[in-house]
Amino acid sequence: METILNFIDAHKEMIYFVILSIFVGVEVIGGVPTVLHTPLMSGANAIHGVVIVGAIHVMLNVNPDNILALILGSLAVLLGTLNVVGGFVVTDRMLEMFKKKK
Amino acid sequence: MTHHLLEICYLIGSVTFIIGMKMMGNAKTARRGNLIGAAGMIIAIIGTIFLHENRVENIDGVPTEVPVSATVYGLIFGAIGLGTVIGWMTAKKVQMTKMPELVSMFNGMGGACAALIGLMEYEQNRNQTGALIAIIAGMVIGSVSFSGSIIAYLKLNGTMNKPIRLPAYNIINTIVMIGVIGFAGWMVYASPAGHVMLYALFAVALVYGILFTVPIGGADMPVVISLLNSFTGLAAAFGGFLYDNYVMLTGGILVGSAGTLLTLEMCKAMNRPLSNVIFGAFGGGGAAAGTGPDVKGSIKDVGVSDLAVMMNYSKKVVIVPGYGLAVAQAQHVIHELEMLLEERGVEVKYAIHPVAGRMPGHMNVLLAESNVAYEKLVEMDDINPEFDQTDVVLVVGANDVVNPAAKSDPASPIYGMPILEVDRAKHIVVNKRSMSAGYAGIDNLLFYDQKCSMFFGDAKKALTELVAELKTMD
Repeated sequence: METILNFIDAHKEMIYFVILSIFVGVEVIGGVPTVLHTPLMSGANAIHGVVIVGAIHVMLNVNPDNILALILGSLAVLLGTLNVVGGFVVTDRMLEMFKKKK
Repeated sequence: MTHHLLEICYLIGSVTFIIGMKMMGNAKTARRGNLIGAAGMIIAIIGTIFLHENRVENIDGVPTEVPVSATVYGLIFGAIGLGTVIGWMTAKKVQMTKMPELVSMFNGMGGACAALIGLMEYEQNRNQTGALIAIIAGMVIGSVSFSGSIIAYLKLNGTMNKPIRLPAYNIINTIVMIGVIGFAGWMVYASPAGHVMLYALFAVALVYGILFTVPIGGADMPVVISLLNSFTGLAAAFGGFLYDNYVMLTGGILVGSAGTLLTLEMCKAMNRPLSNVIFGAFGGGGAAAGTGPDVKGSIKDVGVSDLAVMMNYSKKVVIVPGYGLAVAQAQHVIHELEMLLEERGVEVKYAIHPVAGRMPGHMNVLLAESNVAYEKLVEMDDINPEFDQTDVVLVVGANDVVNPAAKSDPASPIYGMPILEVDRAKHIVVNKRSMSAGYAGIDNLLFYDQKCSMFFGDAKKALTELVAELKTMD
């Protein structure tokens, strides 16, 4: 019990941040017409590509002599890039079509 | 100094993600919203590469900066360059009909990225419980999302057509899920040295992702992709916990919560609870299919010339496009048909079911691609009352969304799903390749309706013939 309370106290900013972010996420999606669900899902897909920041982080901390780590790290960066670039480009293509008619 | 700059980059990134997502909720601003998000992402990535300071505590416990070797930079730039080229080309080249599976594939890549981070960070964080929880959770969720997305990809592109069900798959899946959670918990608690157990957990999580997705039918894949999308978001958020990185946290949680809500909204459009999608697993003809009263009658066939005459002398025609239209690439022909009929004073509209196609809004994207006016696409609730005044409804490659069993047959697996009430129109013409059942794997009573005739053939070929036939009539 004590540890849990200590943990909450030590991380209270983080906890506030998480809870508020959840509300922001819900608010942002609320009331979106069904027509836009697919592009929105695709756009959200691109945004979680932010995980690439973590992959770069790992790479920058890797010991250059550790070949396995270098391989895994590069692979992570590659996969993250695919997620980000592919995600944003495909979303743009979808939305381009909506724009043309307006 | 550089550290503060990096935090500012992350702040900008976080704000652009929120603004971008918000703008994407409106058709007018959506494209700009996406670009704003992308710009924020670039700032966050470049900031991380150039402004990240690598501090390690030396023997005296004083943090000192460790320079990053050129090899590492080379690999980072190489990987980003390669990823950009491949990602860009794939996204640009893909046909619009194949878009849902591509989204699924990209989602899987993100999941795999999160899983690899977990694999690499485990060893040096073994002694810190907080970090370890974030690592293990991120790795497990990322792995499930990865293998699940790949299965979803295979299902959508038709490689894996039939849902595969082990006997008592619900029980097996639940046991495996509990096993994975238990294993993960034990990893945090015991934090065994070496990588054997870590890789074992990684493998088990991958297997669970497969088991989770395999029994679910193709028609429910959009829901699954959306759910896995929010999983990857969650995995990214755990990465944010690990590194105390706020842009990863915002991006991850935003997608996690927005994705969950989106998933629930899609379920609502199909009028099925999420649990039913995941555990109910119909689709492709399982135990649930084939029930209901056997009140079949005979099926009427209609030839292309009769259909052309019928449509030519109609006042109002409503087209119901489905995934079959997308598969046959018939969206351009249908637009041609629409224009031809409009020229002759026939009012033409498209009835868009919320889950038409493979994703909500998928049909709109496809039809917009072939220049169909946005105003002609009418959503379900608005078009249903209009069917009473409609002379001909042309159903192209849609099935379950017009199945009256959803309203009349409580035993039907799609009972309760809101449908397009096409049976209120004077005539219904259904274009299908064959009599096979729809994605939900159930028979459609509509086809046996007195007012309904079948117009068999590949959508593109059949519609081209219809257009040609119409052109000869004046």
